[in-house]
Amino acid sequence: MNLYLENAGVSQGKEVILEGITYDFEPGRIYVLMGRTSAGKTSLMRTIAGLIELTQGKMLFDGKDFDALPTWQRNTSMVYQQFINYPNLTVLENVTFPLRRSGMSRALAEETAHKLIDKVGLGDFLDRLPGKLSGGQQQRVAIARALIRNANVLLLDEPLMNLDYKLREQLREEFRDLLTTARNSVTIYATTEPSEALLIGDELIIMHEGKVIQHGKPSAVFEHPNSVTVAKIVNDPPMSILPAKISDGMLCIGDLLRLRIPMHLVGIPDGVYQAGFRASELTISTDGEVTEQGVVDLVEVAGSETLIYVNTPTGEIVIQKEGIHGYHVGEKLGVSIPSARTFLFNPSGELVVAPGN
Amino acid sequence: MSKTLKYVFLSFWTLFVFVPLSWALTTSFKTPDAVNQGATFIPWVQFEPTVAGWQDILGISGYANLIPNMVNSAIVTFFASLISVSLGGFAAYGLSRFRYGWKYYGNSDIIFFFIAQRILPPVVLAIPFFLLLKGLNLLDTHLGLILVLTSGLMPIVVWLMVDFFNQIPREIDEMAMLEGCNPFQAFRRTILPLSKPGIAISAIFCVIFGWNDLFFSLVLTFTNVKTLPAAVVALNGTVTPFWTLSASAIFSILPLIGFVFIVERYLAKGGFSGAVR
Repeated sequence: MNLYLENAGVSQGKEVILEGITYDFEPGRIYVLMGRTSAGKTSLMRTIAGLIELTQGKMLFDGKDFDALPTWQRNTSMVYQQFINYPNLTVLENVTFPLRRSGMSRALAEETAHKLIDKVGLGDFLDRLPGKLSGGQQQRVAIARALIRNANVLLLDEPLMNLDYKLREQLREEFRDLLTTARNSVTIYATTEPSEALLIGDELIIMHEGKVIQHGKPSAVFEHPNSVTVAKIVNDPPMSILPAKISDGMLCIGDLLRLRIPMHLVGIPDGVYQAGFRASELTISTDGEVTEQGVVDLVEVAGSETLIYVNTPTGEIVIQKEGIHGYHVGEKLGVSIPSARTFLFNPSGELVVAPGN
Repeated sequence: MSKTLKYVFLSFWTLFVFVPLSWALTTSFKTPDAVNQGATFIPWVQFEPTVAGWQDILGISGYANLIPNMVNSAIVTFFASLISVSLGGFAAYGLSRFRYGWKYYGNSDIIFFFIAQRILPPVVLAIPFFLLLKGLNLLDTHLGLILVLTSGLMPIVVWLMVDFFNQIPREIDEMAMLEGCNPFQAFRRTILPLSKPGIAISAIFCVIFGWNDLFFSLVLTFTNVKTLPAAVVALNGTVTPFWTLSASAIFSILPLIGFVFIVERYLAKGGFSGAVR
């Protein structure tokens, strides 16, 4: 019961929305689509659902032409970014709606729905209308509706995006468990958050400008992004990319900073490169270290972390620091560059070498 | 505006609307002497009520019988409204959800084309409609008048309902289709129940316009299908007493008032809270 896309593409007029996507999705696995806004994640999902017409290539489900089927015959479920429910139906009626449409008796549909509604924690709200629920509860109704029938394909389009931070954290934890309900479905989950991809995904697919640019196990993609673009997408805050040079056994960052070449870069030919550093691996320097000097441009507190954006002559560097710290815009800082954690990319942005674990 | 001022204004407006109506209502129950006494409103206190005027229009006194005309009006209005709301609703749904057009012309132009028909004064259409119905052998028939009224009512329905459907999130239709409904079922099972207020407003407009149509009824019907407004006008004001005319006026608006009271409850329903957040 695989979903197979071969050279799938979608164009609207001269605009190319999806291009050359070939992928084999297996049931029982969770595929996470990652990419920036407008990368094509939602378009790919809507194409699979039949809401956008495929203009190039093939889409097969279980070896049969899936593209020839109208949306209502594809047996796909979708959870949108926005919490979409039928406003005139109660929680129970919303969740039983897909089952009733498939011809199941009311009694059996309600029995099945009760179990799932309890599982998503809405057992006490069966007779409420969606408008009388909180945002998190509304999204749980939408999730229950998507999970209630054994859909061929379960599509989740950034389902946690519009929830507040706490609720997002809570639902993210529950998701893995909830999605085991759909173990016979091909599950595709779109997100922009790397932590979600690592926690939920069995496979990670990186999309950019309508194309799949890398895929693999989430940890493998995270550790070995094949390009600067992927490295920026799978790191939040994004990886700092600085111009670099290898010459005479030294790694030069920009024009000023010369570091001894780390072990993993030994043997790399001399030349011009780009060096990437994860925000979590960069530190504010203490006295005596070789540092890149810069001025604080922006300070953001995200949860229990502080993000410090530092402008240096070489480029912008983002540092992620545990705890809440009081750095000020305009303050001068030295940034310690961990050469052993350098991701090296060639000038066209392809990965040359990644640091070991 | 202060609260007191608001209530003063509303009270004044209520009187402005209510006094002529109650004057007509009380006049319909007056004797000639009571009518000549001027504006009196309280029966048994200011005047002794009589049903003579009502007997005149209900065929009891033998003067006139407006009941067959009311039946004609009901038939014509009911079917013209039904066809307009059903077909106009479908047209509006299509114009709200799908893209039609040619070159630079699109849905908004089609909607304008619909409503532009209302710009024409009815008198311009009188001769074409007369000749058309004559050719189809539909002059002085219910069907002929229903078709003509429908052509005038449907643009109003389309115009009102497109705007209403545009407010219903498209994701609702998509969700229904993902959950096994074909487009028609998605419309019937999810969009239609959400559209009750829009349908109610359209129906109220259709019934009011259809019921009150005088012009086409005068031009296109003669004896078989004379509607209520035409019959009321035919009660010549110079020979028919005031109390009988007042009774006929009240008689002709009673069904409308009843209809609006029934349908009004659907106006409050609906709303899309909880559909998309």
